[in-house]
Amino acid sequence: MNQKYLVPLAGVFLLFLVAYTGVEGAGLQWLFGVVVPYAALLAFLAGFFYRVMGWASSAVPFRIPTTCGQAKSLPWIKQNWVDDPDTAGGVFVRMLTEIFLFRSLFRNTRAAFHRNEKNRLSYSWEIFLWVGAMAFHYSFLVVILRHLRFFTSPVPGCVKFLTKMDGILQIGLPELRISGVVLLLAVFFLLLRRIFDAKVSYISQAADYFPLFLILAIAGTGICMRYFTRVDIIGVKELTMGLVTFHPVIPKGVGGLFYAHVFMVSILFAYIPNSKLMHMGGIFLSPTRNMANNNRAVRHINPWNYPVKVHTYEEYEDDFREKMIEAGLPVDKKE
Amino acid sequence: MSKNAILTGLVIFILAVLLPFWVNLGGTAAAPKPEISARAKAAGRCILDKYDMRADHMQLLGKWRNSVVRHSNRLYKTADGKVFTMSLSTGKNSCLGCHEGKEKFCDKCHNYANVAPYCWECHTTPKEINQ
Repeated sequence: MNQKYLVPLAGVFLLFLVAYTGVEGAGLQWLFGVVVPYAALLAFLAGFFYRVMGWASSAVPFRIPTTCGQAKSLPWIKQNWVDDPDTAGGVFVRMLTEIFLFRSLFRNTRAAFHRNEKNRLSYSWEIFLWVGAMAFHYSFLVVILRHLRFFTSPVPGCVKFLTKMDGILQIGLPELRISGVVLLLAVFFLLLRRIFDAKVSYISQAADYFPLFLILAIAGTGICMRYFTRVDIIGVKELTMGLVTFHPVIPKGVGGLFYAHVFMVSILFAYIPNSKLMHMGGIFLSPTRNMANNNRAVRHINPWNYPVKVHTYEEYEDDFREKMIEAGLPVDKKE
Repeated sequence: MSKNAILTGLVIFILAVLLPFWVNLGGTAAAPKPEISARAKAAGRCILDKYDMRADHMQLLGKWRNSVVRHSNRLYKTADGKVFTMSLSTGKNSCLGCHEGKEKFCDKCHNYANVAPYCWECHTTPKEINQ
C-alpha cells in the first residue's frame, strides 16, 4: 500500500459519496443532474481549446521525427515509407497507425537480465501493454458511442447496429454488452500493472492512478445500474434529453447511483484538459510523429527569421578609413 | 503543423462533442407514453409496482423463461397473493394478454431507449406475421 494510489482511491470514493448522499440525502438532483454536467462540459471544451491552442502557438523550431525504419536514401536502398516517412502521405499513414493502432506502443520492449550464470542483458518484445491499451481504448469508445442512445431521439441506425453487435452474445436479460466487460477487465489490468510491476509502480504518480480509479468507478456504477440494481431507463433518457435540448427535467424514481455515475463522468470530463488524458488531443501534435523525415532533402528555414541588420567590413572601413591609414593599417580601398 | 490545420481539427472535434446538442436543435425531451389498455387500467396494478416494473421487467422475464423452460414451473405469485401464468404472449393472463399490442406498449419505450430485446425472435404477435 502506498499513498500514491490510496489518495486517489479515497478521492474517487469521496466523489461517489458526495453525489450519492447529495441526491439520496439532501435531494440535490438539480445540482448533480443539471448544473454539474453543464459546467463540466464547458470546462472540458474551454480547457481542451485552451490546451490545444497553447500547443499550436508553441515554437517547433526543429524537425525531429523519430526514425523507426530505413530513411529515404540511394535509389537501390528500400525505404520504409511508413516508419520513416519523407512525404505528407507517409506521415498521414504513420499518424493513422499511431492513432488507431498505437503502433509505437506495439513495438514496446522490456529489458531484463538473463537468470543464469551469464547474466546477460536482453530485450524482449512486450505486447501486453499494447493489448491492454487497445482493449481499453476501443471498449471505452464503444461504450461512449453506445451512450449516444441517451442523447438522440430517434436513435441513429449506426448506434443501433453497434449496440446490437455489442450484445451479440445474447447472454442474460438485459443482454450482456461485451464492451462493458472488456472495459472493466482492461482498466483492472492497467491498474494492476501499475501496482504490481515494480518498474512501472516506481514511476507512477497519483495523477496516473486517479483516472484509472475514476474510470473503474464509472464503469462499475454503469454496469451495476444495468445488470444489478436496475434503473428506470426512460427516466434517465428524459433527463439526458432534457440536458441536450436545454429543457432540463428531473425524472421521478431515478436514484443516487445514477447521479453518482453522472457526477463522476462530469468530473472525468472536467479533468481531461488538466491532465495526462490530454494525450487524446496531444497525439495529433507529437512533433516526433507528425513530421516528415526530409531534413536533408528540403531546406528548412526558421519561420520566424527576420532581416538582421549587419554592419559589413566595407562599411566599417568607410567609417574609420582615415584613422586606419594614419595608424598605418592596411585598407582595401584607398580614398 | 500549421496553426490553421490545428484550428480546423479542433473545431471539428468540438462540433463532434456537441453533436447531441445540434442534432436535437428545436426538439423536445418528451418521453413516449405507452398505451395502457382498458383491461390493464381496470386491473389498476401490474404484478409489481410501477417503478419496479419499469426497471425490473426484463430480469423478471428472464427468470420466468428459465422457470418455465428448465423447471416447467408456470405459476407466478405476486406479493399480494394473486397468481399469474408465466407467459409473455399466450393467453389472457399473459403480459401481452393484458397489455394489448406490442407496438402500442412494449415498442414505445424500447424504441425510445434503443432497446431491441430478442424476446421477439420467438414471441411474435399474429398481426405482425400478416404485415
